[in-house]
Amino acid sequence: MVNILYFASFREMLGQANEQLPAKHTTVSELLAELASRGDHWKVALEDNVNLQIAVNQDIASRETAIKAGDEVAFFPPVTGG
Amino acid sequence: MADFPFIKVQREDFDLTTEVAKLRAGHKNIGAVVSFVGTVRDINEGDEVSVLELEHYPGMTEKALEKIRLEAHDRWALESSMIIHRIGKMLPSDQIVLVAVSSRHRENAFHAAHFIMDYLKTNAPFWKKETLPDGEVRWVDSRVSDKEAEQRWTK
Repeated sequence: MVNILYFASFREMLGQANEQLPAKHTTVSELLAELASRGDHWKVALEDNVNLQIAVNQDIASRETAIKAGDEVAFFPPVTGG
Repeated sequence: MADFPFIKVQREDFDLTTEVAKLRAGHKNIGAVVSFVGTVRDINEGDEVSVLELEHYPGMTEKALEKIRLEAHDRWALESSMIIHRIGKMLPSDQIVLVAVSSRHRENAFHAAHFIMDYLKTNAPFWKKETLPDGEVRWVDSRVSDKEAEQRWTK
């Protein structure tokens, strides 16, 4: 399984903070494509979002980053701390 | 190295004097201490702000802050450094963040504190949500100026 986390406005837009999906994707892009297939809501929030920020196992990642079973993949908007 | 936590993500407020004392403890070679305290403004994007709430990504936040802190130690000769970032609900004029660094000479401490804050702004997974006096709640947008501030440190 892959553990997926959504933060801040993404968590609110998508109505969930986390979920687990079977690990059948080789990259973050493939995972985003599966999530986008759920509907426009998901596609616009994540796959089509040019400001999408990604972390894999708590390190900043990109759409090309490889993923495997047991990984933690997080999606969030640009950060605004400090 | 002094024995204190270099990174803290906490709900509680912090006391600058107490924290700087920990930073300096056991380092008699320190000639400079630079600290930066970020506080909650009562105006954002032209609107009055009543409450600011900070969300973060537990685990990644600490990892990201430690990476930034160690990067500062790689770039400048520092004696000690610490970052405290608060989460949860805060009010205007409350303290949000503390970055404190010490070095033998002031130049390194000034640069390192500035660098840590600029990197923290664009690389540490925190998100601000503000409540306006009429009850409207909105997520704070990231600023292009913060990204530009980070880029000035590109080697």
